[in-house]
Amino acid sequence: MVKNKVLLRIENLRKYFPITRGLLGRPVGMVKAVDGISFDMKQGETLGLVGESGCGKSTTGRAILQLHKPTSGNVFFENTDLTKMSAEELRQLRPKMQMIFQDPYTSLNPRHSVGKIIGEPLVIHGVMSGQQLKDRVAQLLELVGMNPTFVHRYPHEFSGGQRQRIGIARAISLNPSFIVCDEPISSLDVSIQAQVVNLLQDLQEQLGLTYLFIAHDLSMVKHISHRIAVMYLGKIVEFTGRSALFDNPLHPYTQSLISAVPIPNPKVERKRHRIILEGEVPSPANPPRGCVFNTRCPLAIDTCSEAPPEYREVQPEHFVACHLVEAG
Amino acid sequence: MATNRAAQTNDSFLDIERTFWDRLVYASRFLWRDQSAIIGLFLFLVVVVAAIFSPQLTPYDPLDQNLRNNKIPPAWSAEGSWDHPLGTDSLGRDILSRVIYGTRVSLTIGFFGVLMAGGIGLIMGTIAGYFGGRVDAVIMGAVNLILSLPYLLFVVFIAAILGRSLLNVVLIFGITDAPIFARVTRGEVLRIRESGYVESAISSGARWGRIIFDHILPNLIGPFLTLATFEMSAMIFYEASLGFLGLSVPPTVPSWGNMLASGRTYLTSAPWIATFPGLAIMFTSLGMNLLGDWLRDVLDPRLRRARK
Amino acid sequence: MNTQPVLEVKDLVTKFYTLEGVVHAVNGVSFDLEEGEALAIVGESGSGKSVTVMSILGLILSPPGKVEGGQAYFAGKYGQCDLLKLPPAELRNVRGGQIGFVFQDPISSLNPILTIGEQISETLVKHLGMSGEEAHKKTIELLEQVGIPDPKMRYRNYPHQFSGGMRQRVMIAIAIACNPAIIIADEPTTALDVTIQAQIVDLFQRLRNVIGVAVIWITHDLGVVAGLADRVLVMYGGRVAEIALVDDLYEHPQHPYTIGLLGALTRLDARESKRLVSIEGTPPDMLIPVTHCPFAPRCPYAFERCWQEIPPLIEVGKQHRTSCFYDLDKRRPRDG
Repeated sequence: MVKNKVLLRIENLRKYFPITRGLLGRPVGMVKAVDGISFDMKQGETLGLVGESGCGKSTTGRAILQLHKPTSGNVFFENTDLTKMSAEELRQLRPKMQMIFQDPYTSLNPRHSVGKIIGEPLVIHGVMSGQQLKDRVAQLLELVGMNPTFVHRYPHEFSGGQRQRIGIARAISLNPSFIVCDEPISSLDVSIQAQVVNLLQDLQEQLGLTYLFIAHDLSMVKHISHRIAVMYLGKIVEFTGRSALFDNPLHPYTQSLISAVPIPNPKVERKRHRIILEGEVPSPANPPRGCVFNTRCPLAIDTCSEAPPEYREVQPEHFVACHLVEAG
Repeated sequence: MATNRAAQTNDSFLDIERTFWDRLVYASRFLWRDQSAIIGLFLFLVVVVAAIFSPQLTPYDPLDQNLRNNKIPPAWSAEGSWDHPLGTDSLGRDILSRVIYGTRVSLTIGFFGVLMAGGIGLIMGTIAGYFGGRVDAVIMGAVNLILSLPYLLFVVFIAAILGRSLLNVVLIFGITDAPIFARVTRGEVLRIRESGYVESAISSGARWGRIIFDHILPNLIGPFLTLATFEMSAMIFYEASLGFLGLSVPPTVPSWGNMLASGRTYLTSAPWIATFPGLAIMFTSLGMNLLGDWLRDVLDPRLRRARK
Repeated sequence: MNTQPVLEVKDLVTKFYTLEGVVHAVNGVSFDLEEGEALAIVGESGSGKSVTVMSILGLILSPPGKVEGGQAYFAGKYGQCDLLKLPPAELRNVRGGQIGFVFQDPISSLNPILTIGEQISETLVKHLGMSGEEAHKKTIELLEQVGIPDPKMRYRNYPHQFSGGMRQRVMIAIAIACNPAIIIADEPTTALDVTIQAQIVDLFQRLRNVIGVAVIWITHDLGVVAGLADRVLVMYGGRVAEIALVDDLYEHPQHPYTIGLLGALTRLDARESKRLVSIEGTPPDMLIPVTHCPFAPRCPYAFERCWQEIPPLIEVGKQHRTSCFYDLDKRRPRDG
């Protein structure tokens, strides 16, 4: 159930990575991975963050959790600014905000037993120990649909889907309110993806979780999200509710993205009109002048290569950054 | 294979707490499949047994000189006898006994040398790799300094100041070999630091202590142990070269390096004096290298056997 | 069909002899490919889809792999032959000369120290006997055909100077260089962004219209299949689960696995978010040979016969075959 209370507010978030050269590491340029994005997240909702490679969505998730220190901007979590916190204060807050990682084969320590992996957050924060800890770990395993006797096994004995469940159990162990899901199902087979997605949704309902769901698969994002933000080259180009995005996509990139996603229905596919984008995605180290999308936009006009468009609410709860939408 | 079947049938072996012993037994199953590993283990065990039971195995005292019996060839040649199966050297000492006692010197140097070099290298490499930045630069600078030391000059220096002894040889190897451990450790730490599980530990609020001791070091063990076995075999080799220069343990102590050195002048007249210690070095190194290869394979397959 | 199929695969069996045991990767796969047709082979990891085509092309690393049975009749330029029985040198000629292939990660198929122009020309010289100059000219044409801008300049570029999508276009250029009868594409767009994937699929369609080449497209993505394929072959556990014309497969699937796969998909055209239908359990362990239907452990319709025999491929409609003992229309086990 999505409440109206705002859990997270991100303002003008930027994360630049310096490009260094030479022995002494002189900075010769900047990769503008995230270049000024703002949005909020309501308690209990799933916000889908979608975009193609290089758009900055993964970096955004990490920057929000302060795993990358943002270059500038503010991240308000329950009204406290995470960017202004000390390392120790952040540590105290960590139980409330967790992350689920993309690759189930490298996100679990191969030398730790499943029980140790899931219990680690609880041990770090000194919350439980002994039998209480064991009971809690068993309970978590059951919550994610796995046999509690698996605590003694090791990650390599499990399949990708099962490993993701272990990762999810670890993420929810401290009862967080907010979880960043960084492409949690991209490495899994289709039939397993469905299992994991269903689990995530069940847990959201049971535990009242808020998800930032980062993915490149637009159909999956449509299925699971309440609101969706589309990113391109470090910027949010469009942000609105799920139905609004698909019934009325305003940004040309969103439109071409939607038209590029295949639909598993041959009759529909044959009739589809695809907007095929020309060219390649520019490098985030050297973004185009003006609107970041203007080099590939089928509707670009002169203004588009001169000045970046303003990111505004052009319709209720519908934000777009595009000169053409402003004009019309 | 057992794992897969067990995973499907919820076999209880996997569901109990497994001790170190259980895992050792499980790992040793791999040994039987690998013939070169068995050979390696065999050679290594021969050396270890020889070292432990030297007094019991040797017919003579290795220091016992008998100038009347010098340069007797091995038992299978015309002038030899089974009194001295491998012959005697220029001072009449029994070669077989000296070769057997030599295992003690070699193993001591190898083991403690690796312990020291590995210990120093591990600490330097971990700190450099984990903390990065200036710390990394300073430590790797020190490492490069040691590497650029003229090795022979350093050895001669130590021998001149501190004299020739087993301890000093260990000291020399411990310092000159530390850089390679430091470099390998640092590389591994850098790699592991980028892993998903380290990132996950950080996002759970772990501090650097837990990350290093709980996550990074345990995953280092594989490459580290493998390197240790190879370096141990290398040190046994180097001891020989030190012996050649007359800078190894004192000449009375039966080390294979010293034996090679003293046998050099008699290569044409009494080749067995140098040959048998040479063969001992060769087989010991071979055994350790084979073991090292096996270790590397066995400590890795956890990743290899991952199911989809 | 009056004309002979350009490829006829019968009862293909491939095994891998590994330290852990014998992996039964392909367990009797048969299918035909008509001239100019686009056949999609769909399956998840471990289904044996890649191993099937690698076996046909002779690209199975042996040891530990071994093609142990079956035939692959190819109607090539010089008459029909069984690819599985060809000597390696002749097979190499067929590969590249008459059957082109495009793999998932072009970085590993392209030589990093040669320019891409050289690599394409090399194929032309080797298989068509062209002179250097002719090959150069034809290469530029090919680069244009696959949509690489400024082909004359890019001839001299190296693979690392191209983006992922561009590299795939280069691979496609190499694949079509000798006017092959078939192109085999193994997950060619899986690693690419969706907008780039759309470009590549579009390119394939255009090439099919212009050159009339037959395509085998291997993927796990049922969305791409819907837009590209004429027929679809679904694999599970190293066997063919179902094979049908594309419209039939999506509208009238006759195998519980196909139904499960379709139900597990998220769709852009879904009106409301219904809960995804997931298939219980996990894909089979290919180390364990089975004498029953490989899908039985996960099948909601399995009954005794499913656990006793391996279901053969049976005809259930026009060009529609399934290997299932259960009749999903009549909701009861099949007769016979």
